[in-house]
Amino acid sequence: MLSAYTRLLVAQIRSQTQYRLSFLADVVSTCLMSLLDIVAVLVLFRVTPALGGFSGRQVLVMAAMALLAFSLSDLLVGNVERLRFYIRTGLFDVVLLRPLSALGQLLVIDFAPRRTGRVVQALVILAVALFLVDIDWSVARVAILVVTPLAGSLIFASIFVAGATVAFWWVESGELANAFTYGGRDFTTYPVSVYSGWFRRLFAYGLGFAFVAYYPALFLLDVPDPLGAPIWLGWGTPVVALLAMTVAACVWRTGVRHYRSTGS
Amino acid sequence: MAIIEAEELRKEFVVWRKVGRLRRQRQVVSAVDGVSLRVEQGETLGYLGPNGAGKSTTLKMFTGVLAPSSGRLRVCGLEPVSRRVQLTRQIGVVFGQRSQLWWDLPLRDSFALLRHVFRIPQAEHAARLAQCRELLGLDEFLDTPVRQLSLGQRMRGELTAALLHGPRVLFLDEPTIGLDVVSKQAVRAFLTQLRDQGEVTVVLTTHDLADIERLCRRLVIIDHGRVVHDGSLEALHARYGSRRRVVVDLDAPWEQVPGLSGAVVEAVEAEGHRVTFSLAEGVTAGHVITQLAGYAALRDISIVEPDIEEVIARLYAASDDARSVASG
Repeated sequence: MLSAYTRLLVAQIRSQTQYRLSFLADVVSTCLMSLLDIVAVLVLFRVTPALGGFSGRQVLVMAAMALLAFSLSDLLVGNVERLRFYIRTGLFDVVLLRPLSALGQLLVIDFAPRRTGRVVQALVILAVALFLVDIDWSVARVAILVVTPLAGSLIFASIFVAGATVAFWWVESGELANAFTYGGRDFTTYPVSVYSGWFRRLFAYGLGFAFVAYYPALFLLDVPDPLGAPIWLGWGTPVVALLAMTVAACVWRTGVRHYRSTGS
Repeated sequence: MAIIEAEELRKEFVVWRKVGRLRRQRQVVSAVDGVSLRVEQGETLGYLGPNGAGKSTTLKMFTGVLAPSSGRLRVCGLEPVSRRVQLTRQIGVVFGQRSQLWWDLPLRDSFALLRHVFRIPQAEHAARLAQCRELLGLDEFLDTPVRQLSLGQRMRGELTAALLHGPRVLFLDEPTIGLDVVSKQAVRAFLTQLRDQGEVTVVLTTHDLADIERLCRRLVIIDHGRVVHDGSLEALHARYGSRRRVVVDLDAPWEQVPGLSGAVVEAVEAEGHRVTFSLAEGVTAGHVITQLAGYAALRDISIVEPDIEEVIARLYAASDDARSVASG
């Protein structure tokens, strides 16, 4: 089973490298963008010493954990947004005519290896951030550091998938899903305590973004939540991820049943 | 056992009609409106209808791409949408407008990939590919990237791709559309052979009536989402009273033959030197020609078979009339 997907993946990469120049341009531009991102983070923390009750260095840990979760999910499922194109052109028909999972195929046939660069970048920032703060290392803290980015990326992945699925009902959904995916990435870059009102409730708790980096980072740094949440919430990320994936899977299944194809 | 069973199959789409500048009105359109059909193993079925009649929609429901709005459907004993993955192994599909091949890779690589995607045993795959290579003449462009193939070459590749996993049913949506004469013939000859082997059930939609005449013993015609004819080509002609014709060229201008039986004069042309007779049902051309030969010197004779396009045009007109009577 795995081998079928692997071979589709290899075929996709081979197809991409058919257009060598464009592939090269992609890689170079991605590297440049990553560099700019790092500069932006550094500039931000030179001008703002504290944010939402946290020191700049502590915020950097949160931001780096969130960035790692996001870039992992972007690498693995970010291309699901191409679903719109498959629906509009009717090419989704072909996907449904193969004995493989439709979602699995979509992820593989548009896999963009150049996005690995962003994962590496996030790892570097996280390493630097962890070096800059004092952490009382324990087995629990190492475990949470490993588990959180993985589970967090599943939360982002669920939102990527659920967001893309909207195209089954509304093909011209455009960049609507991005409000939640890229919006979520930006939200998780800062501590939840800097937001307020319905906005915080929706993004932090409704969509579960507080669990991507905020609560686990509090546990890692051994800092109490200014909003009064218990410290053990840092372990909630996998649970929230499981919930998010269940919802996303239901939305996806319903979406496929609503697929209308195109004429002829 | 029937390989396709459809009962009262329906597919409705909701469309939003623009009324005024911003307001839109919800409207339900039935693309397929109660189709019942049984197709037996080994049959070759032509599925015909004007644009927008619901041909492709039906085919997409048969293949598990679209979920029916209501009705019962079994293909190879499976409910297509909920058992989609199992069904894909039993059916082969060629949708003329959507390629299942890998655009940027050589044709050969697409076939190799499909072997892994469908988990086809190596020996089976090799045998089927060898057969298709020979019958469809694939060898000259096997190493060409698919995007550089001509339409005819690509269609031959698509047919091969649809058959590599040994499907029980082959669905073809407009397999000859846009093809040149040579490719059309190659595709038809291949499908004829497939039909004669009798292992694969073939369901094909087409606009090209020559496809139907060459390939299909059974013809299903739909219009406005409903079946308006299901039967053989001959049954269609019988039902709509299409006649064979005899055209004779005469030495002397035509004069009425007294007591001519089994035929009526349909047209007199070329100052009476050419006359077209239409034959009554069950009357042979020989019967009429013998009678004519007794009265006039015949220079040339030709027999014209009934024109299927004409019959079908008449059929659509009849079904439109019935609709306007019913709704009016």
